[in-house]
Amino acid sequence: MRPLRNVIYIQTQNSWLHKDNDNLVLKVEKETKARVPIHKLQGLVCFGQVTISPYLMAHCAENGITITFLNMFGKYLARVEGPVSGNVLLRRTQHLTGHSIEKSVAIAQTMLTGKLYNQRYVIRRYCRDYGEQISDKNVLAQLQTAEKRLTRCLTQLSDCKGIDTLMGREGEAAQVYFGVFKHLIRQPDFEFDTRRRRPPTDPVNALLSFCYTLLTHDCRSALETTGLDPASGFLHQLRSGRPSLALDLAEEFRPMVDRFVLSLINRKQLFIKDFETLPNGSVTLKEEPRRTLLAAWQDRKQDTLLHPWFEETVPIGLLPWLQAQVLARFLRGDCDSYVPFLWK
Amino acid sequence: MMILVTYDVSFKNDSGPNRLRRMAKLCLKYGQRVQYSVFEIEVDMAQWTKLKNELITVMDESVDSLRIYYLGNNWERRVEHIGAKEVLDLNGLLLL
Repeated sequence: MRPLRNVIYIQTQNSWLHKDNDNLVLKVEKETKARVPIHKLQGLVCFGQVTISPYLMAHCAENGITITFLNMFGKYLARVEGPVSGNVLLRRTQHLTGHSIEKSVAIAQTMLTGKLYNQRYVIRRYCRDYGEQISDKNVLAQLQTAEKRLTRCLTQLSDCKGIDTLMGREGEAAQVYFGVFKHLIRQPDFEFDTRRRRPPTDPVNALLSFCYTLLTHDCRSALETTGLDPASGFLHQLRSGRPSLALDLAEEFRPMVDRFVLSLINRKQLFIKDFETLPNGSVTLKEEPRRTLLAAWQDRKQDTLLHPWFEETVPIGLLPWLQAQVLARFLRGDCDSYVPFLWK
Repeated sequence: MMILVTYDVSFKNDSGPNRLRRMAKLCLKYGQRVQYSVFEIEVDMAQWTKLKNELITVMDESVDSLRIYYLGNNWERRVEHIGAKEVLDLNGLLLL
């Protein structure tokens, strides 16, 4: 199995990154703070005022290390990456597959199957772990209904003939899922009624949005590494500048991220005071707690689980990469269908 | 795998400082300086073969010495740090 290379996050404002002898060197006010051999890295994420020397940027581009710029609050700004890598034949097949509605629907279907299955697993897992502690019969009933409705959506997915109907099912499932999501939060301070983005107006939504950004970043890198075109998706519509395929691939991992967010809250790693509301009403995580979140995120990526399809124990951080491999195999015609990651 | 590389470079002849600097640069390319002439290097076999070869080319085998400790993949529990100059955990969270 390929080693999981690390991602470096630069949060120190006014820091200067440069390359010295194949090392990435971080300087703040001319003082060297860190020195990391570049071959250990796969990505660089910069928050806010971070300057990068052109030599380092060139080196990263040549070695397939992507640089992502976010603003101080973690909003995506820009991305620097090297030449499009990989196999042109694979990419061509991918684009041709995208043209065929039938094939696109088939792929989108399996991806959403993964998503809904994993969403259902989040609820099931909660019922299994905490079901006995739920005193309110009503809540338990709601969770069970949600689970049944998700199961129904899951079976209905296979009847869908078009992207629109698939999206409809997904929407329905999302409504059901986020409808009961508040019951999974066991800290009374954190309230959640519905999923809101652009901008997120409460802490839970802010956390979800932030973590989805990290997830999309990982999925995009994975696709890029595999030689697929992250912009040409099957489920998400094509739009310039939008990593549609990365968003497609991210779908099946979203429930895992949801659970990650839940455990941050429920295990009291983050508190309501860690958030601030900006004048435009959007809620963001403060800088110090973001450190906690990123630490937990990196930790989670190191955790291993058994991949049912590869039958191998893999770090969670490699899952997007593995799924990208499966997708590439399917597009090349090496296997009959795309197999989503089903969480268990 | 994790490899610990240490060396002694003799300053007897004039090219000593030059060799020392070149050895250090080579090691830094792949790994982390933990003490003056001690480097922790985590590489795969291919990278290591290359680095080792480069180190041997640079050193003068009649006066310098190079010692290599192979710590394997399970090196984390074989290394303990006490005191100042804590090194970065390159596999852990890199948030700076």
